[in-house]
Amino acid sequence: MTKPSLSVKDLHVSIEEKEILKGFGIDVKGGEIHAIMGPNGTGKSTLASALMGHPNYEVTSGEATFNGEDLFEMEVDERARAGLFLAMQYPSEVSGVTNADFIRSAMNADRSEDDQVSLMQFIRKIDDKMGMLEIDQSFQHRYLNEGFSGGEKKRNEILQLLMLEPKIAILDEIDSGLDIDALKVVAKGINELRSDDFGCMIITHYQRLLNYIQPDYVHVMMQGRIVKSGGPELAQKLEEQGYDWIKEELGIEDERVGQE
Amino acid sequence: MTTELTFPVNEQQLQSFSKDRQEPEWFTNARLDALTKAGKLELPKPDKTKITKWNFTSFSYDAQGEATSSYKELSDAVRTLVGEEEKVENLITQKNGRSTYEAVQAELREQGVIFTDMETALKEHGDLVQKYFMKDAVSVDENSLTAAHAALVNGGVFIYVPEGVEVKSPLQAIFAHEGSFGLFNHVLIVAEANSSLTYIENYLSEGSGEEAAANIVAEVYLEDGAKVRFGAVDNLAGAVTTYVNRRGQVNGRDAELYWALGQMNDGNTVSENTTYLHGQGSYGDTKTVSIGRGKQIQNFTTNVIHFGKDTDGQILKHGVMKEAATSIFNGISKIEKGATKANGEQTERVLMLSEKARGDANPILLIDEDDVTAGHAASVGKIDPLQMFYLMSRGLSQTEAERLIIHGFLEPVVGALPIDSVKEQLYDLIERKVY
Repeated sequence: MTKPSLSVKDLHVSIEEKEILKGFGIDVKGGEIHAIMGPNGTGKSTLASALMGHPNYEVTSGEATFNGEDLFEMEVDERARAGLFLAMQYPSEVSGVTNADFIRSAMNADRSEDDQVSLMQFIRKIDDKMGMLEIDQSFQHRYLNEGFSGGEKKRNEILQLLMLEPKIAILDEIDSGLDIDALKVVAKGINELRSDDFGCMIITHYQRLLNYIQPDYVHVMMQGRIVKSGGPELAQKLEEQGYDWIKEELGIEDERVGQE
Repeated sequence: MTTELTFPVNEQQLQSFSKDRQEPEWFTNARLDALTKAGKLELPKPDKTKITKWNFTSFSYDAQGEATSSYKELSDAVRTLVGEEEKVENLITQKNGRSTYEAVQAELREQGVIFTDMETALKEHGDLVQKYFMKDAVSVDENSLTAAHAALVNGGVFIYVPEGVEVKSPLQAIFAHEGSFGLFNHVLIVAEANSSLTYIENYLSEGSGEEAAANIVAEVYLEDGAKVRFGAVDNLAGAVTTYVNRRGQVNGRDAELYWALGQMNDGNTVSENTTYLHGQGSYGDTKTVSIGRGKQIQNFTTNVIHFGKDTDGQILKHGVMKEAATSIFNGISKIEKGATKANGEQTERVLMLSEKARGDANPILLIDEDDVTAGHAASVGKIDPLQMFYLMSRGLSQTEAERLIIHGFLEPVVGALPIDSVKEQLYDLIERKVY
């Protein structure tokens, strides 16, 4: 079986006519963990949303293929069923729909009528994953994200990740708002998925999550594209020295999109 | 401008209809008197819906249908609502106003509980019926449709629960309608002091969809400490124009009346539901769900009127409008002078599924007393595109994502309905109507 792959080339994305991504490119394959770092306002979340197909973002040029298929030709749900997953920074709340009903519906979404996940299989799996993420049992019977704290929402995104077992996951600032214990738990969940059949893009401001999830590649985003790539040592250097040295090296005065 | 309505039944026909049914003289006279009024009074005026051109008068009045004593002869649609034969405890089924099946637990009869069709009630319990029938809750001369109802009533049930009797298992009535028959169904419930009961009714259409009118009145009377749960699932076909008026007279101290109404008709519908809270400390709770589809026009008005001190009235209405359906949701909490410490709360929410659908939620508080609490909330909105994105990003198709959101939208009402069987029926019906 071939490894999953996400390949993005020269991607330009606008929101409300304003161009945010300006020539972004990356290749993510199964077995690889890529960290996308960079200060606020450099286009990191736009990248995540655009790849998943968020309705407010418009892809103006560039291409992306997912396992060889044109990603931008696919509807949001088709991308998901093909194995792309986005752990969102601000997941929606859906009243009246329990977490368990939602996750089970999602697990069955790409299965045929006679291959549905049985209630027993589902319960066994969700109990196991909730145990790993140290999530209270009541979680699955609460309405989807409704009244969840910031940290609970993040854990719920990771719970869905573990339940759905996608091929490529994009984690959009999954570490923001988490205390160190929660961070360790979330990292444990992601590490559990590490294999040749799973690739991951971790979007973060901070290096601290990377203490618990060792990335294979680290990329720095400024002005809507990757300006520097390296190995785990790059994240370490950013932690120690900040981003200013990169700006100096590249002659960037303001790293934010639209300020160049 | 007065629109005079002409109903397709004259005095002679009405007299002979009443005679055939061996009705008491007072009732025959009341019919004839009401028939005259029906032609003179005006149509009701539901707020924000114009109904002057609706079909309230074109229908046939020859009741066909024979009583069956056998469960097996009931139609599939009816049997689905009833469940298994062995589990039938208290049930009356009617088709076009005539009873097709009746079962009442012997134990209830021994306790003095009456659960019978209107026709029998008029013969056997005429005095009781006379005491309550269209006296306080709904009166004959309110408008042409209430008058027509009193004149032409041809189906329904009568329930009487004596003082202190608690009816444990639900009393269920199923009213099937077929063809062009004009259904004038009357439900009269009297709950004496400290009694309790759960009543569930279903309206459904059978056969092909001919133009017809349904004119439904339900009256519920509660004495001190009585507790009534009234559940209804209205599911009449698109060609049936419905006027339905359900009212509760909560006369007794600390009495409690719970309405759980599934308003699922496919035709034009005016639905009024009013709770009069007279008894001190009495409680009224109304929960309704509605789905509009096709081109139907509906008006759902819920009133809770507080007269007694310490009364509490709650209204929760959720509606989903698809295709080119139009619905008006009016909620009125009225607190009269003297109803100190009363509390009135209401919420109306409408979810629009299409550009052509129209919905309007109007919460109204009318307060004539200072020492009260009241609140309202209302919203009309479309499905949130970000919610759709979120659900679809987990692989759910657009249809499945919408289904979850609609289900979730109705859940606060359906999930909180106090009668499980109504809840289950509604889950099924919502599923069928939305997709």
